[in-house]
Amino acid sequence: MQSLSNRAKILEKKPMTLAERAYLPAIFQGLSITLRHFFTKKATIRYPEETRPFSPVFRGLHVLKRDEQGRERCTACGLCAVACPAEAITMVAGERKKGEQNLYREEKYAVSYEINMLRCIFCGLCEEACPKAAVYLQADKMAPPRFERDEFIYGKDRLVEPVSPDTRSKRGIQLTAEQADKLRTQLA
Amino acid sequence: MTFETLGWQGLVILVVFGLSLLIATYCTYAERVIAAFMQDRVGPDRAGPYGLAQPLADAVKMFTKEEFFPGGASKTLFTLGPCLAMTTALMSSAVIPFGNAMKFGDTSVHLQGIEVNVGMLYIFGVVSLGVYGVMIGGWASNNKFSLLGAIRAASQNISYELAMGLALIAVLMISGTLSLREITLQQTNPGAWHFGDIFAWNVFKQPIGFIIFLVCAFAETNRTPFDLPECETELVGGYHTEYSSMKLGLYLFSEYINILVVTAVMSVLYFGGFNYPFQYEFLDFLSNKAGLSADWAHNIFVLMGVVAMFMKIFMGIFFFMWVRWTLPRFRYDQLMRLGWTILIPLAIFNILLTGGLITTGIIK
Repeated sequence: MQSLSNRAKILEKKPMTLAERAYLPAIFQGLSITLRHFFTKKATIRYPEETRPFSPVFRGLHVLKRDEQGRERCTACGLCAVACPAEAITMVAGERKKGEQNLYREEKYAVSYEINMLRCIFCGLCEEACPKAAVYLQADKMAPPRFERDEFIYGKDRLVEPVSPDTRSKRGIQLTAEQADKLRTQLA
Repeated sequence: MTFETLGWQGLVILVVFGLSLLIATYCTYAERVIAAFMQDRVGPDRAGPYGLAQPLADAVKMFTKEEFFPGGASKTLFTLGPCLAMTTALMSSAVIPFGNAMKFGDTSVHLQGIEVNVGMLYIFGVVSLGVYGVMIGGWASNNKFSLLGAIRAASQNISYELAMGLALIAVLMISGTLSLREITLQQTNPGAWHFGDIFAWNVFKQPIGFIIFLVCAFAETNRTPFDLPECETELVGGYHTEYSSMKLGLYLFSEYINILVVTAVMSVLYFGGFNYPFQYEFLDFLSNKAGLSADWAHNIFVLMGVVAMFMKIFMGIFFFMWVRWTLPRFRYDQLMRLGWTILIPLAIFNILLTGGLITTGIIK
């Protein structure tokens, strides 16, 4: 029958050669393939012992930065909360009292600052929105799994980075060596 | 046979028994690791270093599972099935010569459970009994899938035993004996050049017979590509569909012991058993250059033979697993056609060829 498109390809069923019928050459071919795979390097990363390297632009757990004198940078302006598409950030602003100048950089500060890690989509828009360079997403830390939902609401206790220049987050504005030395003497 | 030698042979049997259990245990681990490696995975590596305690964990799992009896099943036969499979599997390793005779003063200890002059027949007899375990278990399950699996196992084993037997007849024509020890001892050539000793192995005299034997060995042990009795895609689990707990474990275990036995028989019949290349040079070195007493030199020489034998067995087991993770399963009609219309005529042709070559004196 003439085909309508003229593109029909006529296939002939060729009888198999003796080598094909004997099946053994095909088996040896198959065996060589599996043996090759036997010796290839495996892609598996054995998780608890080995970890996958993070990308340098990975967006992980948030950190609230301190400045070069160890004061919190955040002024509770709320821009991060407004920018957040997942509405994961809430905060309560408060006024700095006298004698707290060494704790907070500006006159207004965040009395509480909470990020719900279950809501957060780790887009990094808070980091972009922050005018004080206070909030950053760290490239080397993730929010670890937990059993209870309320444990995923991170308060300032878990978000603000340590004062000590040696244990500070690697993200955001870094201290110069001079500033770090000064801060060390101040702490001591 | 004196009482003392009887004690020695008993010890040898115990060691062989323990070793076959140990090897079968680690076969489960090896199977998983080899499967994983061939699929670009790493396999079990959590239990112990490199996952070496995995068989132990598996055994604990098996023992703590619920012991299930299907409704309407015959309890006696249902229990008898795995027992029979395991017993027959363990029995067959008794006549395999794992090594030559060791000498302790006047006593000489053959590293072989029982030395019988019909070793080959014994193995055949016991291996044929093995199908009863599968058959009884599948039948007693009162399940049509189990029964189908059991029937498949029975007809497959019977069909391939025929071709296997015919392939062996050619070996027996060359060796002229049924004793496995004698067959092993014939496969060496003290006069040959160092490495040329391996050319006395039967595989070089019987290449066609070896391939037939190998294919039949896969079918006899119900291994892929002939694992139709436990074909998951068609029969759920085949003859052990209804089995759980350690009864299932015994079935799986007996399969590995069967592999061990069949590879051991294969290395005895075709790969020179406990013979190894450079063995006479090694013996010469031990007794003349290393300054050992004649007995010690001989014993070390024999122990190396045991090591060689086990190397051959392990390579055989690896090959079985390698094939399992390479080839897909045959269809049942293909299996039967291969057995009856290809392997049996080929085996008969091989017998004629061997006979012709013996009469013309090309092989002895």
